[in-house]
Amino acid sequence: MTTTLTATTTRPEDRFLHAFEAYAGEVLNGTSEHLATLRRKAIERFSALGFPGRKSEAWKYTPIAKALQHPYKIDPMPAVPTLNEASLAAYAIPELDAYRVVLVNGRFVPELSAGSDLPEGVVLTSLETAAREHADLFEKYFAYYLDFENEPFLALNTAFARDGFFLYVPEGAALERPVHVLNLIDTSEELFLQPRHVVAVAPGATLKLIASGHSQSNARTFTNSVMEVFVGQGAEVHQYDLRLEGDRASSIYTTQAYLEGGARYTNGTLTLGGALVRNNVQVRFNDQEGEAHLYGLFLGRGTMHIDNHTMIDHAVPNCVSNELYKGILDDQATGVFNGKVLVRPHAQKTNAYQSNKSIVLTREARMYSKPELEIYADDVRCTHGAACGQLDENGIFYLRTRGLTLQQARAMMLLAFARDVLDQITIEPLRAYLDALVAARVGA
Amino acid sequence: MALLEIRNLHARVEEKEILKGVNLTVNPGEIHAIMGPNGSGKSTLASVLAGREDYEVTEGEVLYDGKNLLEMDPDERAREGLFMAFQYPVELPGVNMATFLREALKAIREHRGLPPLSPAEFMKLLKEKAALVGLDPSLKQRSVNEGFSGGEKKRSEIFQLALLEPRLAILDETDSGLDIDALRAVANGVNKLRAPDRAFVIITHYQRLLNYIVPDYVHVMVDGRIVRSGDKNLALELEEKGYDWIKEEVGLVA
Ligand SMILES: Nc1ncnc2c1ncn2[C@@H]1O[C@H](COP(=O)(O)OP(=O)(O)OP(=O)(O)O)[C@@H](O)[C@H]1O
Ligand SMILES: [Mg+2]
Repeated sequence: MTTTLTATTTRPEDRFLHAFEAYAGEVLNGTSEHLATLRRKAIERFSALGFPGRKSEAWKYTPIAKALQHPYKIDPMPAVPTLNEASLAAYAIPELDAYRVVLVNGRFVPELSAGSDLPEGVVLTSLETAAREHADLFEKYFAYYLDFENEPFLALNTAFARDGFFLYVPEGAALERPVHVLNLIDTSEELFLQPRHVVAVAPGATLKLIASGHSQSNARTFTNSVMEVFVGQGAEVHQYDLRLEGDRASSIYTTQAYLEGGARYTNGTLTLGGALVRNNVQVRFNDQEGEAHLYGLFLGRGTMHIDNHTMIDHAVPNCVSNELYKGILDDQATGVFNGKVLVRPHAQKTNAYQSNKSIVLTREARMYSKPELEIYADDVRCTHGAACGQLDENGIFYLRTRGLTLQQARAMMLLAFARDVLDQITIEPLRAYLDALVAARVGA
Repeated sequence: MALLEIRNLHARVEEKEILKGVNLTVNPGEIHAIMGPNGSGKSTLASVLAGREDYEVTEGEVLYDGKNLLEMDPDERAREGLFMAFQYPVELPGVNMATFLREALKAIREHRGLPPLSPAEFMKLLKEKAALVGLDPSLKQRSVNEGFSGGEKKRSEIFQLALLEPRLAILDETDSGLDIDALRAVANGVNKLRAPDRAFVIITHYQRLLNYIVPDYVHVMVDGRIVRSGDKNLALELEEKGYDWIKEEVGLVA
């Protein structure tokens, strides 16, 4: 490296490369040899890839380079303020009987997380503990399929992976109660957080997982979170991600799900909060007869920017994917939906459905919708549709002629629009909770 | 005092004048039928009365119970007791029928100084009113009008009328597209709702409906005006002779 400063040292990438070197000795290495090797590889890839520039197609509508100019504090082991039950109560989902997991600033808090009452064979612990105490499982699943070769944010997360949760459900086990992961941000510092989560559900097992993100503090933060989900043969996973953070929290959430034969996977991503939020949901069918359902609902207000990118890789024949994403954009909010479906040459008998519908409530709000179907097999059924518009004036008028105020009529129509997605949620207390949140948001 | 007083009403949509001086007086307890050829402005009149914003009133006035109707928002009109049964009721996917009606009834009752009904009372009332018009009670679990058959939509409009108990009901071609049983059921419903303090304006193309709901007055609208008024016999005459003779008489040769 040369010693000339300015241009090179102000690149946001350099701050991460420097931080990596600074932490590599202690904080990042202590855990396992496997991990240390991966980290090296990952940081090299990140260095080569760099952050997506303005010409990047995948980030066309999301000004990520600009967002990363901000000098966030890069700290793989941020402080965890003490929390008590009372402060957690605000984030509980009423009537939901779940195993609770608490992460604060991306760090697993064992004292506040479920432990002894878990069914036999279930592992629910911090990423770090998993690496130490369940090395076989950890090495089997961590970054096994993850494509950080081409994705700078995945490479970066892998390079800095230090904490997060690790959940393993053994073969044939059925977790009756859902697991509720509370991701809290509680800091006075402008942190760059990079939690890494691994969820592995062995053949024939079932899991219902709810992850909700909340802000307990008001400092500006950026989260680059990665979750790897393995759905074993004939296993079933229902995953719901709730973005309920405050308006100073920006984030990129990437979920990569791998489905073995006959696996069933549902992903519901509901974004109601945050500043800039990018949700990447990527599904890969590894074997036949898999089924994936992706639901999304996003409600933008103020200057929120909500970007949903989905990618379904039909790498094998005979799988079904179904996507429904709906958004309501108010004020100056921006929404993006990019749904990519890749049907590889041998993936015959693929069924892929995709639908994206949005309502734009003001002249300043924006929605960009882009379906991307790449189909290389001939015996497939694929449909997609995208619609973006205003509230149906005829519908509003009809409701008003029955005595409802304009406000009531609009709220009723918006809630109906959102319920299309909400009604897909199979955990009733969660559905009711979100229904109430959405109703309050649309003014019902 | 008249319940509805329309004086020299002119209205247009996008530069096109559609209503060209409508006069009509409706007193409490009366039933008025409005007939007339396609495109003569019947639905436009109904829409203007209900408060649809696409139409611009350029002249004239409408008094409802002595108040300026045209100054009221559509929902205010509804709460004041105006009801419109639509020619083409809109489908509202995801808006649950029962929830919507509970809110509507609550708003209207509140306006009348009545307390909201308990859930049990409300469900009982829904059942009663559905029976009155022969509406399949399971429809109330569905989304408003979504996937309803043509006849079901029309019955559902009269069902809502029965539930909301307006003072002035405007029925726009509620009879068209109904089979003979449905027609009887709808007419029956309307007849049961007849009351000394309630008036109906019934827009129809068919004299047949007027055998079941006997009007006090029949009006003929041609080219944006009511050109002739009479009693129920006028409907019979139209049925027999069509509209051309009236058009000729008023100088609008076909
Ligand atoms: N929103 C609109 N935009 C443009 N033209 C309109 C609009 N609404 C009504 N019109 C026109 O105004 C005229 C009157 O229409 P209207 O629907 O009131 O007639 P109608 O008497 O109810 O006819 P029908 O018996 O066929 O129901 C028609 O020529 C129609 O095309
Ligand atoms: Mg009409």
